[in-house]
Amino acid sequence: MTLGLEHFLVLSSVLFAIGLYGALSKRSAVVILMSIEIMLGAVSIAMVAFSRYVVPALLIGQVFTIFIIVVAAAEATVGLAIIIAIYRRRETIDITKIDLMKW
Amino acid sequence: METTIPNGLVWLIFLLPLISFVLITLFIKPFLNSRPKLSGYITIGTITGSLILSLWLLASLLNAPSHELIIPDFNWLIIEGSINIHFGLTIDMLTAIMLIVVTVVSLMVQIYSQGYMHGDPGYHRYYAYMSLFTTAMLGLVMANNLLIMYIFWELVGLCSYLLIGFWFHRPAAAKAAKKAFIVTRIGDFGFLAAILLLFFNTGTLDVAQLHSYAVTGAIGSAVLTWAAVGIFAGAVGKSAQFPLHVWLPDAMEGPTPVSALIHAATMVAAGVFLVARMFPLFEHSPEALSTVAYIGGFTAIFAATMGLVMTDIKRVLAYSTISQLGYMMLGLGVGGVAIGIFHLFNHAFFKALLFLGAGSVNHATRTFDIRLMGGLRKVMPWTYATFLIASLSIAGIWPLAGFWSKDEILASALSENTLLFVLAMITVFMTAFYMFRVVFMTFGGEYRGSEKPHESPPVMVVPMVVLAVLAVVSGWFNATGGFSHLLGHGESHGFTEGFFGILSHPLPWISLAMAGSGILLAYAMYSAKWLSAKRISWFFRSLYVLFSKKYWTDELYEDVIGQRLLSDNLFAGMKLLDSNVIDGAVDGVAKTVVVTGKTVRKMQSGQLQLYGLFIILGVLAIVISLLLSG
Amino acid sequence: MGLEIAFWILAITAVVAALAVVSLRNIFRAALCLILCFLSIAGIFVILSADFLAAVQVLINVGAIAILIILAIMLTREVERGSLPNKMQFPVLASVALFLGIAVFAVIRTPWQVSDLSPIEPTTTELANKLFGEGGFILPVEIAAVLLLATIIGAIVLMRER
Repeated sequence: MTLGLEHFLVLSSVLFAIGLYGALSKRSAVVILMSIEIMLGAVSIAMVAFSRYVVPALLIGQVFTIFIIVVAAAEATVGLAIIIAIYRRRETIDITKIDLMKW
Repeated sequence: METTIPNGLVWLIFLLPLISFVLITLFIKPFLNSRPKLSGYITIGTITGSLILSLWLLASLLNAPSHELIIPDFNWLIIEGSINIHFGLTIDMLTAIMLIVVTVVSLMVQIYSQGYMHGDPGYHRYYAYMSLFTTAMLGLVMANNLLIMYIFWELVGLCSYLLIGFWFHRPAAAKAAKKAFIVTRIGDFGFLAAILLLFFNTGTLDVAQLHSYAVTGAIGSAVLTWAAVGIFAGAVGKSAQFPLHVWLPDAMEGPTPVSALIHAATMVAAGVFLVARMFPLFEHSPEALSTVAYIGGFTAIFAATMGLVMTDIKRVLAYSTISQLGYMMLGLGVGGVAIGIFHLFNHAFFKALLFLGAGSVNHATRTFDIRLMGGLRKVMPWTYATFLIASLSIAGIWPLAGFWSKDEILASALSENTLLFVLAMITVFMTAFYMFRVVFMTFGGEYRGSEKPHESPPVMVVPMVVLAVLAVVSGWFNATGGFSHLLGHGESHGFTEGFFGILSHPLPWISLAMAGSGILLAYAMYSAKWLSAKRISWFFRSLYVLFSKKYWTDELYEDVIGQRLLSDNLFAGMKLLDSNVIDGAVDGVAKTVVVTGKTVRKMQSGQLQLYGLFIILGVLAIVISLLLSG
Repeated sequence: MGLEIAFWILAITAVVAALAVVSLRNIFRAALCLILCFLSIAGIFVILSADFLAAVQVLINVGAIAILIILAIMLTREVERGSLPNKMQFPVLASVALFLGIAVFAVIRTPWQVSDLSPIEPTTTELANKLFGEGGFILPVEIAAVLLLATIIGAIVLMRER
């Protein structure tokens, strides 16, 4: 079959779902970060697919994806810095143990 | 006097004793406690003032057209469109006569109390309450709408409670005060229901307006009857008619002057006054009027039977009061306002005198039990003379006051309702008998007690003499029918032939014969001892037991109804309902909140992943709803 | 034809790699599977004629982010503990499955308005025009620069030894 917009979008949805599952149900902070990266990647695919199939001349989706990648980099940096800082304090990055904001 | 009393002074009639009450309570009792006589003087002074003003008022009324004064009232409770209650006074002959009665008797009792209550630690309190009572009673007779009247009605009941329980450290007195208040409250409930009924049907509580509505038939006859019956229920409570008569004998626990003023002359007469005031309603509802007559007539003979066997002098007088009030109600029912109020007028004087005499005897012998008295006529001549005059008056002997009013009642009863006439006649015999039984046992024979009796001081004797004079002459006001003419309302079946002319009719002779035979029987049993009282009471012992146990009404009310029916069953059930259902519901609401809080609190787990899950679920919910709605 | 085959291979690789990331016990291996996932995504970009983007993806995502993640794994000795699931595994699984179902349903049902134009190749010049040219996205670029500056400063501050 010829490739259509739907294929890419379905792929994007599946990857997003997998990333979502990992982000919500894992204990290790690093794994959560990796899952977030997967989600961002899935969104990038969707953006680019839209750009290519709906308005190929404008390349807006690709521009957007560039920014997504920039922000993902920044976020990963700061996130990992935080994780290491917490590890220094508490010897653990099991986020079920870091719950000071509960009632 | 030709001048009419100014309107302001009319208000002062009932405000003067109020000033006395305020002065005693706020100034004398706190600051001048060591000078007890002061409160007595102030009270006597203010009531004298009220008496003078009342006399002036009466004079003005006699000169005024249609014997009425119009006093401007002022707005009290005005809600646009629905409620319009003024605070005003209605001054007609009925008011004036009641004012005279109340002020005269009150004044005599206050003067007497200076002697009787001498040395009592509650002297100030006594006079304060007496002043308050006088205010309330005067206000009651002058009020021009039912709401104000009800307020004063309740205030009078309150003062009665305070004064019956004056010696509150005595359990019997406290119990009697409570009983009085509760029993009269039952009647007051009927009164209140009648007020509400009238208000909802006519939108007004003004007495004059209600009269005109009743006359023109603007109130439906069923409403009218129920309202009249409700008003009469209040009167039944206050005037101790059957079945709410049980409080009055127990109320004798209060000081004797209190009994004289409140439970003989004035407060208990308030019920009669109320029926008289609202008489147009009764006139136009034959059922209500006959209810009044029947209950009055039955009470008269019912109470007289119990008075026959009592050994406490005040109890005899209490049952006598109930019986005479029954006469008054009977008079209202068959004869009209003039006849009932005439008897009230006379009764106030001689009954107050009888009570004051009983107090004087008590002052001398320290007891109320007539079995421990006797021979007092030798040491207490003034008391004996006045008491005798009052007894003759109440028995209805010509030409004393009681004869005239009783005869009018008997004549009206004869022409309206033969059964009631017969009952009333029998009661005449009984009244004479029990009164003279007391007279002979107290004053006749030899002294059987152990104290040293002596005559009372002049401060106590002079009021008794004044009342004795009144007990003789007060009946002559209607000798030519003047009284009835002045009061209007209802026909007078009385006699207009005057002082001696009355003896030309057969009826007075019959009543005189009944009274005379009662006196004779009492003489035979208790003075000359031709007949043995013991043998007669053994012969009629079942009746004797019935009467002396007061027909077991106290047991019925207190044990059967009060304790078993209400306390143990109804109220206990209510208590269960309250603690389980109502409290349970309230607690349940609180518990629900707590449980909900505990559950919802778990959402704040501090775990970000849980929050993320909620976010996803929220997004899903929105998307699904969007999809479903197309 | 070739494109389809390539797409399917890359798509399946990406999905499997992603699954591996979230389910492997050993975190280090999970990180390596993340790298594989990123590479597959880069391949998908190529299929979509986003050549510049594919290069950027490999350079930055793989070359920087994934390395950083591995660095963090080493520094925090996560490998010893392993990747464990928390208590909410099954509710999350259910929600995610529901989410996936709805997303796929929406995607397939919607009548997309696909244009027939062929994509621009190469994209570099065009992207440059879009980013830095007249009426382009120069402002977001500047802001992104500031954002990166803030990130660097923040990371340094967080990592300072007391």
